[in-house]
Amino acid sequence: MDYQVIAFWLLSFITLGSALSVVFFTNIVHSALALIVTFLGIAGIYLTLHADFLAAVQVLVYAGAISILIVFGIMLITRGDGKMAETNLFGKYKYTAAIVVTTLFGVISYFIIRTPWSIETAALSENTIGDLAEILLADYVIPFELAAILLTVAMVGAIVIAREVKNPK
Amino acid sequence: MITLNHYLLLSAILFCIGLYGALSKRNAVAILICIELMLNAVNINLVAFTKFLTPEVLTGQIFAIFVIVVAACEVAVGLAIVIAIYRDRSSVVVENLDWLKW
Repeated sequence: MDYQVIAFWLLSFITLGSALSVVFFTNIVHSALALIVTFLGIAGIYLTLHADFLAAVQVLVYAGAISILIVFGIMLITRGDGKMAETNLFGKYKYTAAIVVTTLFGVISYFIIRTPWSIETAALSENTIGDLAEILLADYVIPFELAAILLTVAMVGAIVIAREVKNPK
Repeated sequence: MITLNHYLLLSAILFCIGLYGALSKRNAVAILICIELMLNAVNINLVAFTKFLTPEVLTGQIFAIFVIVVAACEVAVGLAIVIAIYRDRSSVVVENLDWLKW
């Protein structure tokens, strides 16, 4: 059996299993930890697709930064009574959502299988970082700079929203 | 042999798991986590399309990078809103957030 096949199935099982744990764990801290495993599994999936730069970004931004942000958010909103085991329960739409999601998956997979994809067999370039830099800083330079502005605005906005109000009128 | 359909189906399953969590969870932070799962599923789609459909141009990967940027902004602002709500209400159960109802 090919190594790529083994890698794909192994990473798929890790990713989907930990994604299911994210949804079905009842302790939100455990969900957040399973989320990190999911992100790392997806980084491995990117590696099987020859997207090495995106895999690195996935580990740095998702498994590093966003997970820590979520864990900090959980720490700041801990329940007063200390019952962490019941912090991630299902709401009243548990069964309705299951029906909706199953239907959606049926529709998506039907169209995925029925669509005649025109597969290109050309190999992806070995130096994706160099190619990405050329595209990002030439064709997509305006969105690139706008993304920087968006990040700044979002961070300032997050600080303003989350800041404690000292003397509410 | 792993084809495009394998990746697309993996991404569809991941998206549906994330959507299920976002629709059915009570905790606002859990909903944010599940939205991250959905965005990751979309990124797998984009990277798989780059590999299998347009290997000579890397536009799909560029788009995935922008999705990651927007996801980082979204989770930062979302958590700030959740913290502000918690400070006001001492609860982040979304079923209790009914200010707009009358």
